[in-house]
Amino acid sequence: MIKPALRDEILLKIEKPVRYLGNEVNMVKKDPTNVDIRFAMCFPDLYEIGMSHLGIQIIYDMLNRRDDIYCERVYSPGLDLDKILREENIPLFSLETQEPVKNFDFLGITLQYEMCYTNVLQILELSQIPLLAKDRDDDMPIVIGGGPCVYNPEPVADFFDIFYIGEGETRYYQMMDLYKKCKSEGLGRKEILKKIAEEIPGMYVPALYEVTYNEDGTISSFEPIYDTVPSKVKKEIEWNMSDTFYPEKPLVPFIKATQDRVVLEIQRGCIRGCRFCQAGMIYRPVRERNVEFLKKLAVSMLESTGHEEISLSSLSSSDYSQLKELVYFLIDEVRTKGVNISLPSLRIDAFSLDVMSKVQDIKKSSLTFAPEAGSQRLRNVINKGLTEEIILNGAAEAFRGGWNKVKLYFMLGLPTETEEDMEEIAILSDKIARLYYDTVPKEERHGKAQITASTSFFIPKPFTPFQWARMYDKEDYIGKARVVNAKMKSMLNHKSLKYNWHEADVTVLEGVMARGDRRVSKVILEAYRLGCMFDAWSESFSNDKWMQAFENTGISIDFYNKRERDLDEILPWDFIDAGVTKEFLKREWKRALEEKVTPNCRAACANCGLKPLGGAICNER
Amino acid sequence: MRDKIRVKFEKTGMMKFIGHLDVMRYFQKAIRRANIDIAYSEGFSPHQKMSFAAPLGIGLVGMGEYFDIEVYSIQGSSEDMKNALNNTMVDGFKVVSLRKLPENVPNAMSSVYAADYTVTIHGDNIKLSPKELSEKIIAFYNQDTIITEKETKKSTRMLDIKPLIYSLTSVDGVTKMCLSTGSTDNIKPELVMQKFCETYLGIEYTEDPILFDYQRDEVYTNVAKEGEAMKLVTLEDMGEVIEG
Repeated sequence: MIKPALRDEILLKIEKPVRYLGNEVNMVKKDPTNVDIRFAMCFPDLYEIGMSHLGIQIIYDMLNRRDDIYCERVYSPGLDLDKILREENIPLFSLETQEPVKNFDFLGITLQYEMCYTNVLQILELSQIPLLAKDRDDDMPIVIGGGPCVYNPEPVADFFDIFYIGEGETRYYQMMDLYKKCKSEGLGRKEILKKIAEEIPGMYVPALYEVTYNEDGTISSFEPIYDTVPSKVKKEIEWNMSDTFYPEKPLVPFIKATQDRVVLEIQRGCIRGCRFCQAGMIYRPVRERNVEFLKKLAVSMLESTGHEEISLSSLSSSDYSQLKELVYFLIDEVRTKGVNISLPSLRIDAFSLDVMSKVQDIKKSSLTFAPEAGSQRLRNVINKGLTEEIILNGAAEAFRGGWNKVKLYFMLGLPTETEEDMEEIAILSDKIARLYYDTVPKEERHGKAQITASTSFFIPKPFTPFQWARMYDKEDYIGKARVVNAKMKSMLNHKSLKYNWHEADVTVLEGVMARGDRRVSKVILEAYRLGCMFDAWSESFSNDKWMQAFENTGISIDFYNKRERDLDEILPWDFIDAGVTKEFLKREWKRALEEKVTPNCRAACANCGLKPLGGAICNER
Repeated sequence: MRDKIRVKFEKTGMMKFIGHLDVMRYFQKAIRRANIDIAYSEGFSPHQKMSFAAPLGIGLVGMGEYFDIEVYSIQGSSEDMKNALNNTMVDGFKVVSLRKLPENVPNAMSSVYAADYTVTIHGDNIKLSPKELSEKIIAFYNQDTIITEKETKKSTRMLDIKPLIYSLTSVDGVTKMCLSTGSTDNIKPELVMQKFCETYLGIEYTEDPILFDYQRDEVYTNVAKEGEAMKLVTLEDMGEVIEG
């Protein structure tokens, strides 16, 4: 057995020592002296969060299939261990071999949300790797970033050597081969990075690009330093989702992770084209996995893990064409063995209600709708195809089936939003409550209707039609929530309604991180220096420190958040070719302002730019 | 009436840092991986019929840990099922035996009565020759009463633990003790060593640095009839080997 990097005294003192021990079921064991490349894969948050992420498990499995690579894992140490590592100068270590990360060839960090950026700095500092890429020497690991946030990597560009733009399945092997070749030729760090940028599609090496700015602060030019380095970095797409890497033996944590279950990704991408949704744009086109492939995977993953639950994962499961076959297979084949089935993101209709009544306790479960906007007008603006009629019909059917709890998700701060749109959130919630009392006779009711409406604040994201939109001040956001809250209280059925809203502090920061440029890295660094870490956790988030960091660095929040960007402005992420064209995004932005709906990919092609690349759905007709 | 099976296992190495609830979760999944035909409760979230004997604290090695399961059917022999489970264990967990319980045997948790522990000095954190240690342990155990402060959730009370220490010896630097264990009068070896340190070594008991390593060796039930002297039998011996 491997000896832990931490001595017993530390392990007995810290919260959940198991986070740092590895040794889980299905952990890959290799002799690190027998491999050519050591890769540390990191999710920059607590173990329980990071272990729930499918992407890392896919890459972990993929890299470890090769005998010449050993991929290990590392997560953010909790604040208690963080303090001890600093005090005792213990370098951050991998879970598998418990060896220092700084001795690895690569440190891969997945960027799943902007509020993890200070945790990236924590990981680097605790690993004793210089925070800035330019300060790293030949002995240091190559730090590579991936995940959805790399569709605008600029705010963290100074901290990374490479960003892998796109889906992880396609280019890692090629990059590893090139790295080995470079090493055998004795090339140094800078030469290796340049080779990777030149030869491997999807690889962005920020140090090889130069940015200049106009007097008003916008970008004037964004160019590679060398002719041999591509000026556009094209995102990588895995085209064959049924003949690709997928972990048949996923890791099984000892402690309860957020996803304590088998996760089956049934398809990638989404046909819907909601204009606020970055995932719906950057994972285009929709690619389904073959249902037989999925059945086989479900069975083998349940056998290899012993998990008691399986969850289907996708952006919109109801759009998966083989859903019925897959779900009834799971009900017949695995539910009988005591396995629970969890079906998030299902459209409410006769089929889903039948399935839900089979796999859930109706008394305890609730229906979920995500209208995202209260009024039909605003739903047209955001291209959310859900109409009031669909919601009310679905809810009525569910009420007749015995449900009485409904959860509704909305956004505030969407482009063109008026006070009326905000109030419509309360009006729609009230209509659903009224529907319950109209539909279900008194003697058949299981208590009151419980309608819970939640709002988050909209944050414009790169590569969406709303990437040019403005944001608001913290006070404005709170004001919007107050409008909804007041209206909720005035509704007839207000006793059946509950309203939750999010804090606005984080929204403002996320806005800056999402659409910032390279200069934003100074704020992140300063915030980290002031003690910011685990900003995604409300108990450790400090807005005051962040505001101090903006003040200290002289960076303006309003410049990034409150401008409506000009359509001709060079955006920090324009160097990425994400598949969807800028013309399409502009067209959609215009149609949004005209309140025009665009049909989904299955109904009609909107010429987003993916069709020429050869997606199956794009060329069905 | 469904069959009940008692599983004995070891928890060693760094797995001593896994808490009791996580050990339960680990074995629930292991049983599924090993295709043991375990029985489930009714309802929308069925759970396995499983009962652990005595929780082992974080940091203690266990060489004789137990849980009972109910099964719909028995597939193969004790050896077959043990092998099936061991094929899916991680380093640090090992199934030692698997036995069928006769019908009238109470479940693991309610039958726990005593446990054996081995205590050794961590590194050389206490400078004491084995001979000195042995003499001091004997003197400590020869007291008429050993009054300790026992902390419960609500209060601290004074308790004489002498009658709850069924045996206590130290040979060649290795201290062994048999302690009352279970839902009533549960005594932890740390409590014994803490009192020993304070009264017979004149040192403060600390966890940083760690002074002692602890291992639970075996868990017993008491089969004496009322009025008879204590008669300890291992939980394992309450079951019968399933032949192939």
